[in-house]
Amino acid sequence: MSILDVRRGGDRDGADGLATLEAGLDALEVHEVRRVPFVKRAWSASWPPAVAVGLFLLVWELVYRSGWKEPYALPSPGDVALSIREQTVGADAGQLLEAIATSLQRGATGFVAAVAIGTPLGLLIARSSVVRRGIGPIVSGLQSLPSVAWVPAAILFFGLTDAAIYAVLLLGAVPSIANGMVSGIDQVPPLFSRVGRVLGANGLQQARYVLLPAALPGYLAGLRQGWAFSWRSLMAAELITNSPELGLGLGQLLDQSRQVSDAAGVYSGILAILTVGIAVELCLFTPVERRILRRRGLGVPELT
Amino acid sequence: MTAVDIHRPAPSASPLTGRSAVRLDGVSKRFRGGPVVLDDVTLDVAPGEFVCLLGASGCGKSTLLNLVAALDEPSAGTVDVDGARPALMFQEAALLPWLTAAQNVELPLRVRGVRQRERRARARELLDLVRLSGSADKRVHELSGGMRQRVALARSLAQDGGLLLMDEPFAALDAITRDVLHEELLRIRAERDLTVVFVTHNVREAVRLGDRVVLLSSRPGRVAKTYDVAIEGTRRIEDPDVAALSAVITEDLRAEIRRHGGQS
Repeated sequence: MSILDVRRGGDRDGADGLATLEAGLDALEVHEVRRVPFVKRAWSASWPPAVAVGLFLLVWELVYRSGWKEPYALPSPGDVALSIREQTVGADAGQLLEAIATSLQRGATGFVAAVAIGTPLGLLIARSSVVRRGIGPIVSGLQSLPSVAWVPAAILFFGLTDAAIYAVLLLGAVPSIANGMVSGIDQVPPLFSRVGRVLGANGLQQARYVLLPAALPGYLAGLRQGWAFSWRSLMAAELITNSPELGLGLGQLLDQSRQVSDAAGVYSGILAILTVGIAVELCLFTPVERRILRRRGLGVPELT
Repeated sequence: MTAVDIHRPAPSASPLTGRSAVRLDGVSKRFRGGPVVLDDVTLDVAPGEFVCLLGASGCGKSTLLNLVAALDEPSAGTVDVDGARPALMFQEAALLPWLTAAQNVELPLRVRGVRQRERRARARELLDLVRLSGSADKRVHELSGGMRQRVALARSLAQDGGLLLMDEPFAALDAITRDVLHEELLRIRAERDLTVVFVTHNVREAVRLGDRVVLLSSRPGRVAKTYDVAIEGTRRIEDPDVAALSAVITEDLRAEIRRHGGQS
Protein backbone atom coordinates (compact mmCIF):
# COMPACT_ATOMS: atom_id res chain seq x y z
CA MET A 1 0.00 0.00 0.00
CA SER A 2 1.52 3.28 -1.02
CA ILE A 3 1.58 6.39 1.12
CA LEU A 4 -1.11 7.88 -1.07
CA ASP A 5 -3.43 4.96 -0.51
CA VAL A 6 -3.21 5.45 3.21
CA ARG A 7 -3.81 9.14 2.87
CA ARG A 8 -6.79 8.62 0.63
CA GLY A 9 -8.27 6.67 3.46
CA GLY A 10 -9.22 3.27 2.08
CA ASP A 11 -8.42 1.54 5.36
CA ARG A 12 -9.17 3.86 8.25
CA ASP A 13 -9.25 2.76 11.84
CA GLY A 14 -12.43 0.83 12.26
CA ALA A 15 -14.35 0.82 15.51
CA ASP A 16 -11.93 -1.79 16.89
CA GLY A 17 -8.90 0.17 15.79
CA LEU A 18 -10.17 3.26 17.59
CA ALA A 19 -10.96 1.28 20.72
CA THR A 20 -7.49 -0.19 20.98
CA LEU A 21 -5.88 3.16 20.17
CA GLU A 22 -7.85 4.73 22.99
CA ALA A 23 -7.08 1.92 25.41
CA GLY A 24 -3.39 2.45 24.61
CA LEU A 25 -3.63 6.18 25.30
CA ASP A 26 -5.44 5.59 28.59
CA ALA A 27 -2.87 3.04 29.70
CA LEU A 28 0.00 5.40 28.89
CA GLU A 29 -1.50 8.31 30.76
CA VAL A 30 -2.60 6.63 33.95
CA HIS A 31 0.01 6.04 36.60
CA GLU A 32 -0.38 3.36 39.19
CA VAL A 33 0.41 4.57 42.69
CA ARG A 34 2.17 1.95 44.76
CA ARG A 35 1.42 2.00 48.45
CA VAL A 36 4.34 1.96 50.82
CA PRO A 37 4.14 -0.97 53.29
CA PHE A 38 2.72 -0.09 56.71
CA VAL A 39 5.86 -0.93 58.72
CA LYS A 40 7.97 1.31 56.52
CA ARG A 41 5.42 4.13 56.73
CA ALA A 42 5.16 3.79 60.52
CA TRP A 43 8.92 3.80 60.90
CA SER A 44 9.50 6.84 58.71
CA ALA A 45 6.69 8.68 60.50
CA SER A 46 7.90 7.92 64.02
CA TRP A 47 11.68 8.14 64.11
CA PRO A 48 12.10 11.90 63.45
CA PRO A 49 9.79 13.02 66.29
CA ALA A 50 11.32 10.38 68.58
CA VAL A 51 14.80 11.81 67.93
CA ALA A 52 13.51 15.35 68.48
CA VAL A 53 11.92 14.46 71.83
CA GLY A 54 15.06 12.61 72.92
CA LEU A 55 17.25 15.63 72.14
CA PHE A 56 14.85 17.92 73.98
CA LEU A 57 14.94 15.74 77.10
CA LEU A 58 18.73 15.63 76.91
CA VAL A 59 19.02 19.42 76.79
CA TRP A 60 16.51 19.74 79.63
CA GLU A 61 18.51 17.32 81.80
CA LEU A 62 21.75 19.20 81.04
CA VAL A 63 20.21 22.55 81.95
CA TYR A 64 18.86 21.02 85.18
CA ARG A 65 22.29 19.64 86.10
CA SER A 66 24.00 22.95 85.39
CA GLY A 67 22.25 24.25 88.50
CA TRP A 68 21.09 27.39 86.69
CA LYS A 69 17.67 27.22 88.40
CA GLU A 70 16.60 25.84 91.76
CA PRO A 71 14.78 22.45 91.57
CA TYR A 72 11.52 24.08 92.75
CA ALA A 73 11.62 26.32 89.69
CA LEU A 74 12.83 23.76 87.17
CA PRO A 75 12.45 20.05 87.97
CA SER A 76 14.42 17.38 86.15
CA PRO A 77 12.76 15.17 83.51
CA GLY A 78 13.11 12.31 85.97
CA ASP A 79 11.18 14.22 88.67
CA VAL A 80 8.37 14.88 86.22
CA ALA A 81 8.28 11.21 85.22
CA LEU A 82 8.05 10.26 88.90
CA SER A 83 5.27 12.75 89.47
CA ILE A 84 3.31 11.29 86.56
CA ARG A 85 3.82 7.80 87.95
CA GLU A 86 2.62 8.87 91.36
CA GLN A 87 -0.49 10.46 89.97
CA THR A 88 -1.40 7.49 87.81
CA VAL A 89 -0.35 4.32 89.64
CA GLY A 90 1.35 5.63 92.82
CA ALA A 91 0.16 7.30 96.02
CA ASP A 92 -2.21 9.75 94.27
CA ALA A 93 -3.40 7.06 91.89
CA GLY A 94 -6.20 8.12 89.58
CA GLN A 95 -5.92 11.84 90.25
CA LEU A 96 -4.40 12.69 86.88
CA LEU A 97 -6.58 10.29 84.92
CA GLU A 98 -9.70 11.62 86.61
CA ALA A 99 -8.71 15.17 85.75
CA ILE A 100 -8.10 14.14 82.14
CA ALA A 101 -11.51 12.47 82.02
CA THR A 102 -13.25 15.54 83.48
CA SER A 103 -11.54 17.93 81.07
CA LEU A 104 -12.05 15.69 78.05
CA GLN A 105 -15.72 15.40 78.84
CA ARG A 106 -16.07 19.17 79.16
CA GLY A 107 -14.01 19.66 75.97
CA ALA A 108 -16.11 17.19 73.98
CA THR A 109 -19.42 18.62 75.18
CA GLY A 110 -18.28 22.16 74.48
CA PHE A 111 -16.88 21.25 71.08
CA VAL A 112 -20.10 19.56 69.98
CA ALA A 113 -22.05 22.64 71.09
CA ALA A 114 -19.57 24.88 69.25
CA VAL A 115 -20.06 22.83 66.06
CA ALA A 116 -23.82 23.04 66.44
CA ILE A 117 -23.65 26.83 66.72
CA GLY A 118 -20.69 27.57 64.45
CA THR A 119 -21.86 25.58 61.43
CA PRO A 120 -25.19 27.34 60.79
CA LEU A 121 -23.57 30.65 61.71
CA GLY A 122 -20.88 30.07 59.08
CA LEU A 123 -23.46 29.07 56.48
CA LEU A 124 -25.43 32.21 57.19
CA ILE A 125 -22.37 34.46 56.86
CA ALA A 126 -21.27 32.72 53.67
CA ARG A 127 -24.62 32.83 51.91
CA SER A 128 -26.09 36.14 53.00
CA SER A 129 -24.18 39.21 51.96
CA VAL A 130 -25.93 41.41 54.53
CA VAL A 131 -25.01 39.09 57.37
CA ARG A 132 -21.49 38.83 56.00
CA ARG A 133 -21.04 42.58 55.91
CA GLY A 134 -22.67 42.90 59.32
CA ILE A 135 -20.94 40.33 61.47
CA GLY A 136 -18.31 38.71 59.21
CA PRO A 137 -15.44 40.97 60.30
CA ILE A 138 -16.41 40.65 63.97
CA VAL A 139 -16.55 36.86 63.84
CA SER A 140 -13.18 36.59 62.15
CA GLY A 141 -11.75 39.27 64.45
CA LEU A 142 -12.90 37.34 67.50
CA GLN A 143 -10.40 34.66 66.56
CA SER A 144 -7.53 36.93 67.47
CA LEU A 145 -8.97 37.69 70.91
CA PRO A 146 -7.33 35.32 73.42
CA SER A 147 -10.16 33.45 75.10
CA VAL A 148 -8.54 33.90 78.52
CA ALA A 149 -9.68 37.51 78.22
CA TRP A 150 -13.28 36.28 78.48
CA VAL A 151 -12.71 34.49 81.79
CA PRO A 152 -13.20 37.48 84.15
CA ALA A 153 -16.35 38.51 82.30
CA ALA A 154 -17.70 34.96 82.34
CA ILE A 155 -17.07 34.65 86.10
CA LEU A 156 -18.84 37.95 86.78
CA PHE A 157 -21.75 36.91 84.59
CA PHE A 158 -22.18 33.25 85.56
CA GLY A 159 -20.31 33.00 88.85
CA LEU A 160 -17.88 30.16 89.50
CA THR A 161 -19.96 27.60 87.62
CA ASP A 162 -19.66 25.17 84.72
CA ALA A 163 -21.61 27.68 82.66
CA ALA A 164 -18.73 30.14 82.93
CA ILE A 165 -16.30 27.48 81.66
CA TYR A 166 -18.54 26.56 78.74
CA ALA A 167 -19.11 30.19 77.82
CA VAL A 168 -15.37 30.78 77.51
CA LEU A 169 -14.97 27.63 75.47
CA LEU A 170 -17.76 28.57 73.06
CA LEU A 171 -16.49 32.11 72.60
CA GLY A 172 -13.14 30.61 71.64
CA ALA A 173 -14.30 27.80 69.36
CA VAL A 174 -17.43 29.04 67.59
CA PRO A 175 -15.70 31.78 65.54
CA SER A 176 -13.07 29.43 64.13
CA ILE A 177 -15.64 26.82 63.16
CA ALA A 178 -17.84 29.48 61.54
CA ASN A 179 -14.83 30.90 59.71
CA GLY A 180 -13.86 27.45 58.48
CA MET A 181 -17.31 27.03 56.98
CA VAL A 182 -17.13 30.49 55.35
CA SER A 183 -13.73 29.93 53.79
CA GLY A 184 -14.72 26.42 52.72
CA ILE A 185 -17.68 27.84 50.81
CA ASP A 186 -15.74 30.83 49.47
CA GLN A 187 -13.14 28.53 48.00
CA VAL A 188 -15.59 26.44 45.99
CA PRO A 189 -14.63 27.00 42.33
CA PRO A 190 -17.42 28.91 40.51
CA LEU A 191 -17.20 26.28 37.78
CA PHE A 192 -18.75 23.71 40.14
CA SER A 193 -21.82 25.85 40.75
CA ARG A 194 -22.09 26.34 37.01
CA VAL A 195 -21.98 22.58 36.51
CA GLY A 196 -24.76 22.19 39.06
CA ARG A 197 -26.92 24.65 37.17
CA VAL A 198 -26.21 23.01 33.81
CA LEU A 199 -27.21 19.64 35.25
CA GLY A 200 -30.50 21.17 36.32
CA ALA A 201 -30.00 21.28 40.09
CA ASN A 202 -32.32 23.59 42.02
CA GLY A 203 -31.11 25.62 45.01
CA LEU A 204 -31.41 22.83 47.56
CA GLN A 205 -29.89 20.19 45.28
CA GLN A 206 -27.11 22.60 44.43
CA ALA A 207 -26.26 22.88 48.15
CA ARG A 208 -26.56 19.17 48.79
CA TYR A 209 -24.75 17.76 45.78
CA VAL A 210 -22.28 20.53 44.94
CA LEU A 211 -21.71 23.31 47.44
CA LEU A 212 -21.49 21.44 50.75
CA PRO A 213 -19.34 18.54 49.54
CA ALA A 214 -17.07 21.02 47.79
CA ALA A 215 -16.74 23.07 51.00
CA LEU A 216 -15.95 20.03 53.14
CA PRO A 217 -12.13 20.35 53.22
CA GLY A 218 -12.29 23.98 54.42
CA TYR A 219 -14.96 23.09 56.95
CA LEU A 220 -12.85 20.24 58.29
CA ALA A 221 -9.87 22.54 58.70
CA GLY A 222 -12.19 24.81 60.67
CA LEU A 223 -13.32 21.90 62.87
CA ARG A 224 -9.73 20.94 63.58
CA GLN A 225 -8.91 24.50 64.54
CA GLY A 226 -12.16 24.70 66.48
CA TRP A 227 -11.07 21.73 68.59
CA ALA A 228 -7.69 23.36 69.29
CA PHE A 229 -9.47 26.55 70.36
CA SER A 230 -11.95 24.58 72.47
CA TRP A 231 -9.17 22.82 74.33
CA ARG A 232 -7.12 25.97 74.85
CA SER A 233 -10.10 28.01 76.03
CA LEU A 234 -11.14 25.21 78.36
CA MET A 235 -7.70 25.14 79.97
CA ALA A 236 -7.68 28.93 80.36
CA ALA A 237 -11.08 28.77 82.01
CA GLU A 238 -10.19 25.85 84.30
CA LEU A 239 -6.97 27.48 85.44
CA ILE A 240 -8.79 30.51 86.74
CA THR A 241 -12.15 29.11 87.89
CA ASN A 242 -10.85 26.99 90.68
CA SER A 243 -13.60 26.17 93.13
CA PRO A 244 -14.49 23.07 95.15
CA GLU A 245 -17.95 23.15 93.58
CA LEU A 246 -16.49 22.47 90.16
CA GLY A 247 -15.10 19.11 89.12
CA LEU A 248 -11.31 18.86 89.10
CA GLY A 249 -10.11 19.27 85.53
CA LEU A 250 -6.56 19.38 84.19
CA GLY A 251 -6.43 23.18 84.46
CA GLN A 252 -7.54 23.11 88.09
CA LEU A 253 -5.06 20.34 88.87
CA LEU A 254 -2.30 22.41 87.30
CA ASP A 255 -3.23 25.44 89.39
CA GLN A 256 -3.29 23.38 92.59
CA SER A 257 0.23 22.11 91.90
CA ARG A 258 1.41 25.69 91.48
CA GLN A 259 -0.18 26.74 94.77
CA VAL A 260 1.84 24.11 96.63
CA SER A 261 4.99 24.85 94.58
CA ASP A 262 5.01 21.32 93.17
CA ALA A 263 7.11 22.03 90.07
CA ALA A 264 7.12 18.41 88.90
CA GLY A 265 3.32 18.41 89.26
CA VAL A 266 3.05 21.60 87.21
CA TYR A 267 5.11 20.14 84.40
CA SER A 268 3.29 16.82 84.44
CA GLY A 269 0.03 18.80 84.18
CA ILE A 270 1.32 20.73 81.17
CA LEU A 271 2.46 17.49 79.60
CA ALA A 272 -0.95 15.93 80.13
CA ILE A 273 -2.71 18.91 78.53
CA LEU A 274 -0.39 18.77 75.54
CA THR A 275 -0.71 15.01 75.19
CA VAL A 276 -4.49 15.05 75.24
CA GLY A 277 -4.59 17.85 72.66
CA ILE A 278 -2.23 16.04 70.32
CA ALA A 279 -3.92 12.67 70.84
CA VAL A 280 -7.35 14.00 69.90
CA GLU A 281 -5.90 15.66 66.82
CA LEU A 282 -3.98 12.56 65.72
CA CYS A 283 -6.70 10.02 66.47
CA LEU A 284 -9.71 11.98 65.30
CA PHE A 285 -9.00 14.83 62.92
CA THR A 286 -5.88 13.77 61.05
CA PRO A 287 -7.22 10.43 59.75
CA VAL A 288 -10.57 11.89 58.67
CA GLU A 289 -9.00 14.88 56.96
CA ARG A 290 -6.36 12.76 55.28
CA ARG A 291 -8.93 10.35 53.92
CA ILE A 292 -11.13 13.09 52.53
CA LEU A 293 -8.25 14.97 50.95
CA ARG A 294 -6.69 11.90 49.46
CA ARG A 295 -9.97 10.86 47.85
CA ARG A 296 -9.90 14.17 46.03
CA GLY A 297 -6.27 13.84 45.03
CA LEU A 298 -5.23 16.61 47.42
CA GLY A 299 -3.16 16.81 50.56
CA VAL A 300 -0.01 15.18 51.79
CA PRO A 301 1.65 12.77 49.43
CA GLU A 302 2.44 9.30 50.62
CA LEU A 303 5.66 9.02 52.65
CA THR A 304 8.51 7.33 50.86
CA MET B 1 -14.71 -1.22 5.96
CA THR B 2 -15.77 -1.33 9.58
CA ALA B 3 -15.66 2.40 10.11
CA VAL B 4 -18.81 3.95 11.47
CA ASP B 5 -20.41 6.31 9.01
CA ILE B 6 -19.40 9.53 10.62
CA HIS B 7 -20.31 11.96 7.94
CA ARG B 8 -23.76 12.96 6.93
CA PRO B 9 -24.59 15.63 4.41
CA ALA B 10 -25.59 18.82 6.14
CA PRO B 11 -29.35 18.90 6.57
CA SER B 12 -30.87 21.97 5.02
CA ALA B 13 -31.55 24.16 8.01
CA SER B 14 -33.96 26.55 6.51
CA PRO B 15 -35.55 28.86 9.02
CA LEU B 16 -38.82 28.54 7.17
CA THR B 17 -39.22 24.79 6.90
CA GLY B 18 -39.24 22.02 9.43
CA ARG B 19 -38.34 21.80 13.06
CA SER B 20 -35.12 23.23 14.47
CA ALA B 21 -33.20 21.88 17.41
CA VAL B 22 -32.02 25.38 18.21
CA ARG B 23 -33.30 28.62 16.77
CA LEU B 24 -31.78 31.97 17.53
CA ASP B 25 -33.66 34.91 16.09
CA GLY B 26 -32.13 38.35 16.13
CA VAL B 27 -30.30 37.64 19.37
CA SER B 28 -28.29 40.43 20.95
CA LYS B 29 -26.53 40.43 24.27
CA ARG B 30 -25.06 43.24 26.20
CA PHE B 31 -23.91 42.92 29.78
CA ARG B 32 -24.81 45.71 32.12
CA GLY B 33 -22.79 48.78 31.25
CA GLY B 34 -20.57 46.81 28.87
CA PRO B 35 -20.19 46.75 25.10
CA VAL B 36 -22.46 44.74 22.82
CA VAL B 37 -21.20 41.15 22.87
CA LEU B 38 -23.61 39.59 20.39
CA ASP B 39 -25.37 41.62 17.75
CA ASP B 40 -28.43 40.38 15.87
CA VAL B 41 -27.39 36.75 15.60
CA THR B 42 -29.78 34.52 13.71
CA LEU B 43 -28.93 30.86 13.59
CA ASP B 44 -30.83 27.69 12.96
CA VAL B 45 -29.60 24.26 13.90
CA ALA B 46 -31.47 21.31 12.45
CA PRO B 47 -32.03 18.16 14.53
CA GLY B 48 -29.04 15.87 14.20
CA GLU B 49 -26.84 18.59 12.78
CA PHE B 50 -23.28 19.24 13.93
CA VAL B 51 -22.60 22.99 13.83
CA CYS B 52 -19.24 24.49 14.67
CA LEU B 53 -19.09 28.10 15.82
CA LEU B 54 -15.74 29.56 14.93
CA GLY B 55 -14.27 32.90 15.81
CA ALA B 56 -11.42 34.85 17.33
CA SER B 57 -11.43 36.18 20.88
CA GLY B 58 -14.31 38.47 21.69
CA CYS B 59 -16.76 36.98 19.24
CA GLY B 60 -19.11 35.99 22.04
CA LYS B 61 -18.95 32.26 21.36
CA SER B 62 -19.25 31.28 24.98
CA THR B 63 -21.92 33.91 25.63
CA LEU B 64 -23.91 32.42 22.80
CA LEU B 65 -23.69 28.94 24.30
CA ASN B 66 -24.72 30.28 27.69
CA LEU B 67 -27.82 31.77 26.10
CA VAL B 68 -28.71 28.47 24.45
CA ALA B 69 -28.09 26.65 27.74
CA ALA B 70 -30.43 29.11 29.46
CA LEU B 71 -27.70 30.15 31.86
CA ASP B 72 -28.25 33.70 30.69
CA GLU B 73 -30.96 35.80 29.04
CA PRO B 74 -30.62 37.60 25.72
CA SER B 75 -30.95 41.40 25.78
CA ALA B 76 -32.97 41.23 22.57
CA GLY B 77 -34.28 38.52 20.27
CA THR B 78 -35.41 35.01 21.07
CA VAL B 79 -33.69 31.71 21.78
CA ASP B 80 -35.75 28.59 21.18
CA VAL B 81 -34.49 25.19 22.14
CA ASP B 82 -36.43 22.09 21.18
CA GLY B 83 -36.76 19.56 23.97
CA ALA B 84 -35.20 19.21 27.37
CA ARG B 85 -32.41 21.22 28.97
CA PRO B 86 -29.33 21.00 26.76
CA ALA B 87 -26.09 19.56 28.09
CA LEU B 88 -23.05 21.83 28.20
CA MET B 89 -19.42 20.77 28.23
CA PHE B 90 -16.54 23.10 29.09
CA GLN B 91 -12.86 23.22 28.35
CA GLU B 92 -12.32 21.79 31.82
CA ALA B 93 -14.04 18.48 32.40
CA ALA B 94 -15.50 20.04 35.58
CA LEU B 95 -16.00 16.68 37.22
CA LEU B 96 -16.67 16.78 40.95
CA PRO B 97 -13.51 15.47 42.61
CA TRP B 98 -15.21 13.90 45.62
CA LEU B 99 -17.19 11.54 43.37
CA THR B 100 -16.06 8.56 41.34
CA ALA B 101 -16.35 8.57 37.55
CA ALA B 102 -19.61 6.61 37.76
CA GLN B 103 -21.05 8.88 40.47
CA ASN B 104 -20.28 11.90 38.32
CA VAL B 105 -22.21 10.36 35.45
CA GLU B 106 -25.07 9.58 37.83
CA LEU B 107 -25.33 13.15 39.09
CA PRO B 108 -27.79 14.51 36.50
CA LEU B 109 -29.94 11.43 37.08
CA ARG B 110 -29.84 11.99 40.83
CA VAL B 111 -30.94 15.56 40.34
CA ARG B 112 -33.90 14.28 38.33
CA GLY B 113 -34.80 11.82 41.07
CA VAL B 114 -33.99 8.63 39.14
CA ARG B 115 -33.83 5.58 41.40
CA GLN B 116 -30.43 4.26 42.39
CA ARG B 117 -30.68 0.93 40.59
CA GLU B 118 -31.59 2.60 37.33
CA ARG B 119 -28.92 5.27 37.84
CA ARG B 120 -26.23 2.65 38.25
CA ALA B 121 -27.31 0.81 35.13
CA ARG B 122 -27.42 4.01 33.07
CA ALA B 123 -24.00 5.12 34.30
CA ARG B 124 -22.51 1.73 33.42
CA GLU B 125 -24.04 1.87 29.98
CA LEU B 126 -22.79 5.40 29.30
CA LEU B 127 -19.29 4.71 30.61
CA ASP B 128 -19.27 1.70 28.35
CA LEU B 129 -20.21 3.96 25.46
CA VAL B 130 -17.20 6.19 26.09
CA ARG B 131 -15.10 3.06 26.66
CA LEU B 132 -14.41 3.71 30.31
CA SER B 133 -16.29 0.86 31.96
CA GLY B 134 -13.02 -0.21 33.55
CA SER B 135 -12.60 3.15 35.27
CA ALA B 136 -16.07 3.50 36.77
CA ASP B 137 -14.81 3.50 40.36
CA LYS B 138 -11.79 5.71 39.78
CA ARG B 139 -11.60 9.16 41.31
CA VAL B 140 -11.19 12.17 39.07
CA HIS B 141 -7.53 12.71 39.94
CA GLU B 142 -6.74 9.17 38.84
CA LEU B 143 -7.92 9.87 35.28
CA SER B 144 -6.02 11.51 32.43
CA GLY B 145 -7.31 14.70 30.79
CA GLY B 146 -8.79 12.79 27.87
CA MET B 147 -10.48 10.28 30.16
CA ARG B 148 -11.96 13.11 32.21
CA GLN B 149 -13.49 14.67 29.12
CA ARG B 150 -14.98 11.31 28.18
CA VAL B 151 -16.53 11.03 31.65
CA ALA B 152 -17.84 14.58 31.20
CA LEU B 153 -19.30 13.52 27.84
CA ALA B 154 -20.98 10.53 29.48
CA ARG B 155 -22.36 12.84 32.19
CA SER B 156 -23.72 15.17 29.50
CA LEU B 157 -25.37 12.26 27.73
CA ALA B 158 -27.01 11.24 31.01
CA GLN B 159 -29.02 14.45 30.76
CA ASP B 160 -30.86 12.86 27.82
CA GLY B 161 -31.28 16.22 26.14
CA GLY B 162 -30.36 15.18 22.64
CA LEU B 163 -28.65 18.54 22.27
CA LEU B 164 -25.02 18.86 23.25
CA LEU B 165 -23.34 22.24 23.60
CA MET B 166 -19.57 22.15 23.71
CA ASP B 167 -17.37 25.09 24.67
CA GLU B 168 -13.88 24.31 23.36
CA PRO B 169 -14.01 20.94 25.09
CA PHE B 170 -10.75 19.62 23.67
CA ALA B 171 -8.65 22.80 23.71
CA ALA B 172 -6.59 21.75 26.73
CA LEU B 173 -5.74 18.27 25.44
CA ASP B 174 -2.67 17.12 23.57
CA ALA B 175 -2.98 16.64 19.81
CA ILE B 176 -3.11 12.84 19.79
CA THR B 177 -5.76 12.65 22.51
CA ARG B 178 -7.76 15.39 20.83
CA ASP B 179 -7.69 13.51 17.55
CA VAL B 180 -8.98 10.34 19.20
CA LEU B 181 -11.71 12.27 21.00
CA HIS B 182 -12.83 13.85 17.73
CA GLU B 183 -13.36 10.40 16.35
CA GLU B 184 -15.15 9.25 19.50
CA LEU B 185 -17.43 12.25 19.50
CA LEU B 186 -18.50 11.65 15.91
CA ARG B 187 -19.06 7.96 16.59
CA ILE B 188 -21.21 8.67 19.64
CA ARG B 189 -23.05 11.47 17.92
CA ALA B 190 -24.01 9.10 15.10
CA GLU B 191 -24.95 6.35 17.53
CA ARG B 192 -27.11 8.62 19.71
CA ASP B 193 -28.49 10.93 17.04
CA LEU B 194 -27.15 13.98 18.82
CA THR B 195 -27.42 17.57 17.75
CA VAL B 196 -24.15 19.31 18.53
CA VAL B 197 -23.22 22.97 18.75
CA PHE B 198 -19.46 23.07 19.09
CA VAL B 199 -17.52 26.23 19.83
CA THR B 200 -13.86 26.39 18.87
CA HIS B 201 -11.17 28.74 17.66
CA ASN B 202 -9.42 25.92 15.85
CA VAL B 203 -10.34 26.05 12.16
CA ARG B 204 -9.19 22.54 11.35
CA GLU B 205 -11.11 21.12 14.26
CA ALA B 206 -14.25 22.90 13.05
CA VAL B 207 -13.88 21.56 9.51
CA ARG B 208 -13.00 18.07 10.69
CA LEU B 209 -16.10 17.83 12.89
CA GLY B 210 -18.85 20.04 11.56
CA ASP B 211 -21.58 19.59 9.01
CA ARG B 212 -21.62 23.34 8.97
CA VAL B 213 -19.09 25.91 10.13
CA VAL B 214 -20.34 29.31 11.22
CA LEU B 215 -17.74 32.04 11.26
CA LEU B 216 -18.45 34.76 13.80
CA SER B 217 -17.01 38.24 13.66
CA SER B 218 -15.66 39.82 16.83
CA ARG B 219 -16.77 42.79 18.93
CA PRO B 220 -19.62 42.57 18.48
CA GLY B 221 -20.22 38.93 17.60
CA ARG B 222 -22.15 38.55 14.36
CA VAL B 223 -22.56 35.72 11.90
CA ALA B 224 -19.98 36.62 9.26
CA LYS B 225 -20.19 33.61 7.01
CA THR B 226 -21.45 30.04 6.90
CA TYR B 227 -19.77 27.09 5.19
CA ASP B 228 -21.39 23.76 4.43
CA VAL B 229 -18.77 21.09 4.81
CA ALA B 230 -19.42 18.74 1.92
CA ILE B 231 -16.55 16.32 2.34
CA GLU B 232 -17.66 12.77 1.66
CA GLY B 233 -16.59 9.81 3.74
CA THR B 234 -14.62 9.73 6.94
CA ARG B 235 -12.61 12.83 7.68
CA ARG B 236 -9.29 13.17 9.37
CA ILE B 237 -7.69 16.35 10.56
CA GLU B 238 -4.73 15.75 8.21
CA ASP B 239 -6.86 15.15 5.08
CA PRO B 240 -6.16 17.41 2.08
CA ASP B 241 -9.86 18.26 1.73
CA VAL B 242 -9.99 19.37 5.34
CA ALA B 243 -6.82 21.37 4.81
CA ALA B 244 -8.17 23.02 1.68
CA LEU B 245 -11.42 24.20 3.28
CA SER B 246 -9.55 25.20 6.42
CA ALA B 247 -7.27 27.40 4.34
CA VAL B 248 -10.26 29.22 2.86
CA ILE B 249 -11.91 29.73 6.24
CA THR B 250 -8.65 30.80 7.85
CA GLU B 251 -8.26 33.53 5.25
CA ASP B 252 -11.75 34.81 6.01
CA LEU B 253 -11.08 34.63 9.73
CA ARG B 254 -7.88 36.61 9.30
CA ALA B 255 -9.72 39.19 7.27
CA GLU B 256 -12.22 39.53 10.11
CA ILE B 257 -9.45 39.99 12.65
CA ARG B 258 -7.65 42.52 10.45
CA ARG B 259 -10.68 44.79 10.46
CA HIS B 260 -10.04 45.40 14.15
CA GLY B 261 -6.40 46.33 13.56
CA GLY B 262 -7.54 48.98 11.07
CA GLN B 263 -10.08 50.54 13.40
CA SER B 264 -7.74 51.65 16.13
